[in-house]
Amino acid sequence: METKQDAAAQGAIAELLRRRRDDVLGRWVAIIAATVQGRITERELRAETAELFELAVRVAEEGPRGAAADELRGALGDLSRSRARQGFSPTEIAVSVFALKQALYENMEGGDTDEQAAYRQFIEFSAVMDDLGLHTFETYAAAREQVIADQAESLLELSTPVVKLWEGIVAVPLIGTLDSARTQVVMETLLQTLVDTGSEYAVIDITGVAAVDTEVAQHLLKTVVAARLMGAECVISGIRPQIAHTIVTLGIEFGDIVTKATLADALGYALEHRGVVLGEKRER
Amino acid sequence: MERVPVLKIGDILLVSIQIDLQDQSVLNLQEDLADRIVATGARGVIIDITAVEIVDSFIGRMFATIASISRLLDAETIVVGMRPAVAITLVELGLSLGGVRTALDLEKGLRLLGVDGLAAGPRDRR
Repeated sequence: METKQDAAAQGAIAELLRRRRDDVLGRWVAIIAATVQGRITERELRAETAELFELAVRVAEEGPRGAAADELRGALGDLSRSRARQGFSPTEIAVSVFALKQALYENMEGGDTDEQAAYRQFIEFSAVMDDLGLHTFETYAAAREQVIADQAESLLELSTPVVKLWEGIVAVPLIGTLDSARTQVVMETLLQTLVDTGSEYAVIDITGVAAVDTEVAQHLLKTVVAARLMGAECVISGIRPQIAHTIVTLGIEFGDIVTKATLADALGYALEHRGVVLGEKRER
Repeated sequence: MERVPVLKIGDILLVSIQIDLQDQSVLNLQEDLADRIVATGARGVIIDITAVEIVDSFIGRMFATIASISRLLDAETIVVGMRPAVAITLVELGLSLGGVRTALDLEKGLRLLGVDGLAAGPRDRR
């Protein structure tokens, strides 16, 4: 009995959505547009929302367990991901969904009976609750992001040791991904160590660097040039075969910078230039 | 207008920049230095910038200009004691100071010019 009533109610909503499609859709787009404030073009937003609207109508017909609901979920997932990348806040994304309720409510037909007045109040209260729910979610997301930012920062400090290999030779083993912020820290730490220890040779070992692209190469080159300006020579070592392949394919030029396959080769090079001669110890 | 002193040690000229460089004092320095190289017949110029904390593109170009002038007069220029922050700034400005040799400190700079005599004293005693 109850399910039949639900089905009837669902049918009514779907019917209303279809009948007043342009009004509801227009209002929906308008509400979303007010929150995104020009970060997405009106046309793009309209196309996106129209697609969601068709799915929403089908969900209203089929109920929340139909195929349309899955499709709508998928579409919203894609939308949320792309919005998140564009830097929208969780609330701004969620409003895209909640706004349909508002748009539909404003386009409902009805008289002024007590029941409808009570219902209207309920809708308003519901909107307030939605806002509060979003607020808790927003706070949660912000807290999570703070945790991630803190971890990234501590990782930054941890992951850039400059080690002394020999008198006048220091090395920086780089591990993980190199981005602008990390390279900046590496660069400053390395250059400061050069001054503090009076080292004339620095080995930058990139064995642990996952991938080298033009940006990473640019950062490395800057570090090497800065060290040269200070009067020290940099050797880049630990270039794995795949990385060497990538570098050549990308057409990156390391110019006259000395590169070695392994850290040992780089150390050998620096020792040789410092005039240090190593020999095997003779046991016999 | 403050002038940067140019000191003569053997056949090397030492310029230690201890003041905030104004554009005019940079120009004066370039003239003074050219005069002194000619007058003394120096074969090397060392510019010590340990005390320089801030550089702009004008000062960055100064090193290259001085190096070019010195090379014309057959003297080699070495910039010593550049701070990390200064080096990073110059790189970001796109100035790589081609033609200028650099050293970490004054002692290493002197050694680059082949002046071992100054450092040899204590080493002999060892």
